[in-house]
Amino acid sequence: MSRLIMNRRGLLKTGAAVGAGMAMPTVLTAGGHGYANAPTGSTVTLGFNVPQSGPYADEGADELRAYYLAVKHLNGEGDGGMMNTFSSKELQGTGILGRKVEYVTGDTQTKSDAARASAQSMIQKDGAVMITGGSSSGVAVAVQALCQEAGIIFMAGLTHSNDTTGKDKKANGFRHFFNSYMSGAALAPVLENAYGNDRVAYHLTADYNWGWTTQESVQAATEAKGWTTVANVLTPLTATDFSSYIAPVLNSGADVLVLNHYGGNMINSLTSAVQFGLRDKLVNDKNFEIVVPLYSRLMARGAGENVKGIYGSTNWHWSLQDEGSKAFVQSFGEEYGFPPSQAAHTVYCQTLLYADACERAGTHQPCAVVEALEGFDFDGLGNGPTHYRAEDHQCFKDVLVVRGKENPTSEFDLLEIVEVTPRAQVEYPADHPMFAGGALGNCNNG
Amino acid sequence: MTLMRDRTLLIIFTLFVLAAPLIFAPTGAAYPDLLQRFAIYGIFAIGFNILFGLTGYLSFGHAAFLGVGSYAAVWMFKLLSMNILPALLLSVLIAGLFSLVVGYISLRRSGIYFSILTLALAQMSYVLAYSVLTPLTNGETGLQLRLDDPRILDAAGPEGFLPSTNLFGLEMREVFWSPTVFGYDLQFNWGYYVSAVMLILSFWISIRIFRSPFGLMLRAIKTNQTRLKYTGVSTRPYTLAAFVISGMFAGLAGGLLASMDPLAGAERMQWTVGGEVVLMVVLGGMGTLIGPVLGAVFIKYFENIFSKINDSVLQGWFAFMPGWLDNFFVTIVSPFVGKGWGLTLGALFMIVVIFLPGGLVDGAKRIGRKITGADRRAAKVESK
Repeated sequence: MSRLIMNRRGLLKTGAAVGAGMAMPTVLTAGGHGYANAPTGSTVTLGFNVPQSGPYADEGADELRAYYLAVKHLNGEGDGGMMNTFSSKELQGTGILGRKVEYVTGDTQTKSDAARASAQSMIQKDGAVMITGGSSSGVAVAVQALCQEAGIIFMAGLTHSNDTTGKDKKANGFRHFFNSYMSGAALAPVLENAYGNDRVAYHLTADYNWGWTTQESVQAATEAKGWTTVANVLTPLTATDFSSYIAPVLNSGADVLVLNHYGGNMINSLTSAVQFGLRDKLVNDKNFEIVVPLYSRLMARGAGENVKGIYGSTNWHWSLQDEGSKAFVQSFGEEYGFPPSQAAHTVYCQTLLYADACERAGTHQPCAVVEALEGFDFDGLGNGPTHYRAEDHQCFKDVLVVRGKENPTSEFDLLEIVEVTPRAQVEYPADHPMFAGGALGNCNNG
Repeated sequence: MTLMRDRTLLIIFTLFVLAAPLIFAPTGAAYPDLLQRFAIYGIFAIGFNILFGLTGYLSFGHAAFLGVGSYAAVWMFKLLSMNILPALLLSVLIAGLFSLVVGYISLRRSGIYFSILTLALAQMSYVLAYSVLTPLTNGETGLQLRLDDPRILDAAGPEGFLPSTNLFGLEMREVFWSPTVFGYDLQFNWGYYVSAVMLILSFWISIRIFRSPFGLMLRAIKTNQTRLKYTGVSTRPYTLAAFVISGMFAGLAGGLLASMDPLAGAERMQWTVGGEVVLMVVLGGMGTLIGPVLGAVFIKYFENIFSKINDSVLQGWFAFMPGWLDNFFVTIVSPFVGKGWGLTLGALFMIVVIFLPGGLVDGAKRIGRKITGADRRAAKVESK
């Protein structure tokens, strides 16, 4: 019986509390600013949404370091990094539009659901006016769509699939990183020079969107140079043992193996390919070769000795000697004691580009920022003259073809730049069939 | 007595759920997206508890029904209408049918074999959704709305904008009232209240099932299935019914997730999601009415709030201390928050399982007994 009384009392208490809450004088906080999460105080909040757990946690950690650095530089602390070499001189180290830059971080877990939940909390709870980050295309596409609906700007991080600025492109989303098509277009001529134009390729492809678009791009680019493709075998993303996929390569008559894998997949497949002795084989009187379309330093470190002499492409590398790259490597190195990865570079650039666009537009309003970024030409951010194309919000810049270094001097010095493929060579029309099927839609102010 | 207590419980539960935007304000969790998740995963856990809590059959495959429900709902948005009602109906229906198939196969075994079978079937669905069935699921990227979807029942909206999900015009993402109470900016959102009503309905259904002869039969299965069989009762129809009911709850939760945020990704079907709901129920108190909802709130709170505490937030917390002490505390605390949220959750889970086998509900009961002195009285009676 005592329990019943307790409940009744509790009920009364709850009811009274709720009643009191409802009766409090209320002030409407929303509306009146014209766009979602318009900053009102002396600060502006950016949302850094990166994988902090899961397979790409390393890349996420490096991205976060770069974001912290970018915020420091925007707020006028530190040496200013690439702000000094950036061709646009709007940023003065006084925050964005005179407001101090603050940030919130979240864990995407490399899952679309978790990433969207995290982005939602940044938008709804923390009042972030821009979301950036991501270390896989699925997540980037999902968060980009969310930002489009919520009326927030999305500055994509490491996402390489054609779809991000292809069939899944959105008006509020922008990508600085390069894509699968550009990898193929940059790699093919280098591969032709190195290995000749009568090669027979065998593809192992991670069985999901990024893998498919990369495979499609590399196959198209190499076949244009005269190569033939004997097979494309799809491997499950969760595979860790690739030996059963490597064995058939030897009997296929192929003399090049293309590994359309990323992260842990690439480390495992490359390691088992090398252990099977593929690279010591002679097929069709030619040395058997391996190609990895998308390289990252973190992957190269994972694969160790096995990356030596293997070709691939990257968006940026810290050994570049232009002023922007040098400035960035120096301030990153001073802060953390080692050189930045390409993931760190692209998100640093994205943050600066967003801040600069706001300054030029004179507001954080998404549609005005979109207008400021569309067709924007800039230089000094480490990739040479770069163009943000208005039709699909993709950056066009030089692409690096790299090779695993034979004699690395440190654990960060694993790749060497073979060629800087000029921008003109990797450009494509906005309605290219590999990118067809989507529409930007209208920009959304929320 | 039981009836009375259930009624009180339902009323209190209803009040709590309806006032959640106010109640959670001091915890930093009172924004629409997370409140929606609380309610939706609460439904998921309530449904799961009907199977696991009553019959003791531990399924690791319920994520598959959640995912199937989401896909069904998004397809309805794409093809038929942005109204969430047909989407929810279809997701419950499809999840029910799918769980009938999965249940029919896996309920041939019990115990660990049953668990493994459900796990295997769910993992199969995940792999199918991730790559093989890409035309249907859009693979890794997830199924999304597009500007050129047919949506045959809806009138054309403004050019270049996606319509938003609604219930007869009430937009799910719209905040209809945002007062400031005790210095907190509250956000009352349609989507949350739709989920809340569904949660209350689910809770009510769960009470009815617990108290029904059917529920009693399910408990009997958990207690001693062999004896039931000896007395000539065929248990399969009962377990299958419980399995399908819980599958339909999962489908409803999946449909609601898609209604609040129209995207359905394959990772919603991954075994980790199926494992998470087990954690929710065990953490909250399996076989109790309110436990699963508590567990769901607890886990989602950790995932969304703890994971966002980074070093600069910590610096803010300890800013009142002198520099060296400040840094010391930040160094000590930071591995357990931010990216370490899973670590803290794991430790708490262990503590709960070891010291409170009945979950959070058990803990609340013990505290309640301490306060009212029921323990001492019971001890006195015993010593006499």
